[in-house]
Amino acid sequence: MPQILMPALSPTMEEGKLAKWVVKVGDKVKSGDVLAEIETDKATMEVESVDEGTVTEILVAEGTEGVKVNTPIALVLAEGESAGSAAAPVAETAPEPSEAPVVPAEKAAAAAPSAAVPAAPKFEAQSDPDLPEGVEMVEMTVRQALNEAMAEELRRDKDVFIMGEEVAEYQGAYKITQGLLQEFGKDRVIDTPITEHGFAGLAVGAAFAGLKPIVEFMTWNFAMQAIDQIINSAAKQLYMSGGQVTAPMVFRGPNGAAARVGAQHSQDYSAWYSHVPGLTVIAPYSAADAKGLLKAAIRSPNPVVFLENEILYGSTGLVPKVDDFVLPIGKARIARKGSDVTIVSFSMGMRYATQATEKLVAAGVDVELIDLRTLRPLDIDTVIESVKKTGRLVTVEEGWPQGGIGSEISARVMEGAFDHLDAPVMRVTGKDVPMPYAANLEKLALPNVDEVIAAVNAVTYRS
Amino acid sequence: MARKATATQAKTQPNVPQFSEQQDLEAFREMLLIRRFEEKAGQMYGMGLIGGFCHLYIGQEAVVTGITMASEKGKDSQITGYRDHGHMLVMGLDPKGVMAELTGRQGGLSKGKGGSMHMFSNEHRFYGGNGIVGAQASLGTGLAFAAKYSGDGSVAIAYFGDGAANQGQVYESFNMAKLWNLPVVYVIENNKYAMGTSIERAAATTDFSMRGASFNIPGEQVDGMDVRMVYDAAQRAIEHARSGKGPYILEMLTYRYRGHSMSDPAKYRSKDEVTKYRQERDPIEQVRARLLAGGKISEEDLKQIETEIRAIVTEAADFATNDPEPAASELWTDITIEA
Ligand SMILES: Cc1ncc(C[n+]2csc(CCOP(=O)(O)OP(=O)(O)O)c2C)c(N)n1
Ligand SMILES: [Mg+2]
Repeated sequence: MPQILMPALSPTMEEGKLAKWVVKVGDKVKSGDVLAEIETDKATMEVESVDEGTVTEILVAEGTEGVKVNTPIALVLAEGESAGSAAAPVAETAPEPSEAPVVPAEKAAAAAPSAAVPAAPKFEAQSDPDLPEGVEMVEMTVRQALNEAMAEELRRDKDVFIMGEEVAEYQGAYKITQGLLQEFGKDRVIDTPITEHGFAGLAVGAAFAGLKPIVEFMTWNFAMQAIDQIINSAAKQLYMSGGQVTAPMVFRGPNGAAARVGAQHSQDYSAWYSHVPGLTVIAPYSAADAKGLLKAAIRSPNPVVFLENEILYGSTGLVPKVDDFVLPIGKARIARKGSDVTIVSFSMGMRYATQATEKLVAAGVDVELIDLRTLRPLDIDTVIESVKKTGRLVTVEEGWPQGGIGSEISARVMEGAFDHLDAPVMRVTGKDVPMPYAANLEKLALPNVDEVIAAVNAVTYRS
Repeated sequence: MARKATATQAKTQPNVPQFSEQQDLEAFREMLLIRRFEEKAGQMYGMGLIGGFCHLYIGQEAVVTGITMASEKGKDSQITGYRDHGHMLVMGLDPKGVMAELTGRQGGLSKGKGGSMHMFSNEHRFYGGNGIVGAQASLGTGLAFAAKYSGDGSVAIAYFGDGAANQGQVYESFNMAKLWNLPVVYVIENNKYAMGTSIERAAATTDFSMRGASFNIPGEQVDGMDVRMVYDAAQRAIEHARSGKGPYILEMLTYRYRGHSMSDPAKYRSKDEVTKYRQERDPIEQVRARLLAGGKISEEDLKQIETEIRAIVTEAADFATNDPEPAASELWTDITIEA
């Protein structure tokens, strides 16, 4: 390589000044020797020789401004190499920068006709499994359902372990891990120090190495200490490694507002995590879904954010008594079929939506109620099918309105069922404020049944 | 007993420092106010007047009292976690405002919008009232940064628990504080438990006064049940910070009598352990005994103080019970400032 080219200091540099020659014609140089100094308005750099040889020609004079990147600036000939082999083409471009500008790589790429962005693969949700005829249904709390799900998966797969604050000896701050230490021992049910960023990262690393951690955050509010590991380490790993390394794990804990615990302890992270490709985000409402989806989450090869709700822990529901009750991730559940209006919600929002539905049905409105259950991947097909039938849509969530799950659904329904809408989509959300502590203000900040009814009345043009 | 913890130690004093009768009386008053206030708060929680989390400071009174007595009130800043009622009372914040915040009323220090864990006062230089374990270590370091930046001669005092001492940001803060010699005193309130986890089960090394050793931050382990020891160590630490020598760590060996918060059954420790602390180490009883032994103060005199304190607490409770909730319009205020 006899030609020395004007180098780029950065991907965006197009030209620079040849500030100084450190060598002169006739000098012998070896690799690493500094040949020249170049400058841009932002930085200076030394140009080093990569080969051994003799400087036979300097093509751009010291002090020349505006030297385009990739312009030959000197000739260095190795022993036995003939000048003729390189001199001829170079002569045309020296000493001034060539007339035909050398296009930097980036520009070249931009100028070339860009490849069309391939269509994103479409997510096809699976249906819930058929339950055996006459299966026994057992009433249990969401708390018990979650506890059973973990116990069953810990029994089934020895790579599964759980770690978090107070999960073992204290039996869980909210008693979700009750009895697990006793059955599975301290190597698999592990109390951590209060070090969310550290133990979340540790668990992601353990997942890289093949284990299947369940990380309990005492509440999701404290996972903000660890959100970097969840997103930068867990969610992006598969993609960054070209499919080689993944983080099969579950991050779980109570999400959203509890009662009267104030601004730093009452936040809904549904929309936050649902924003992130690479994550699966689940937010169940019923006890059966809590069980079936947590089992699915633990078996998932992907990092799963599993959003529970403290207020729902004590609520009861019927869970089928089958050996291995696993539900498909990414499938919404139609909680009630109807034809007048669609209400879409998830997690705690379902409580408001369900109570509103009862009242609305009693008043003669035939509501179709959809529980999303999974927020990523989002079962938008089920929502769109419903809207095609009802023409009206109300979304209900506890989180803040801007960039919320309701906003996303609203946009997707516009894309997929615009012609079917008979009224603008309405969102019922938490108010756009930090959660206040005072009882009266807290009540106002949260969505409520009346707001859901009012929204339904609005989209159905009833008053 | 205070003792050496790192290679570059400040000198510690082996003898128990003596308090004047005046100092003992002051400490007695402050600690008793916290004790009675917290007992009342616990009672009001039980009555449903206080909601959510409520973390009581009972047992740990000597820590904040001794430290604050050694600090310059109104000048030095303080910051702590959610176990914050005692800090505010000793710093001179109005007990009515504190209690009304606990009940979520408009006369509360945060207009009822913060609650037990979130109270602040610019005037008294108290910066919370923080619900996220460990956050106050960095925030307190920032208060010290501002002190050095402005040259106002103040010292920042950042309190956090033995559990919080395991958070990563604590060590990020230690490093910066020493790197820039910021005037901050880290007070680690080691009450032996973080919720239900004993220090032995959470910390690889349980001598928290050593936690700054690799940053060359001096540290002392202090009997946090004896207000004189706390005061004495705090004087050294604050002087160190104020004179430009940088951060200082005080590990206060203390104990909380109540559960972590109101809903904690506290099954992780024995009744004996609690009883032993209450009977043998109680910070208030120590001062009471000293005052009486001095011969100049009578039971009657102390009763008189008790009566005064009770009146303050009753007044606060009455106010907090009868003060109205914040106006509904407060929902939308204080989110951002209109520029
Ligand atoms: C980042 C974070 N993680 C977890 C919690 C829940 N939590 C609140 S207090 C606490 C224990 C803290 O113990 P310690 O620091 O020793 O203080 P103490 O309560 O003993 O005063 C925990 C785990 C929290 N508030 N913030
Ligand atoms: Mg503690």
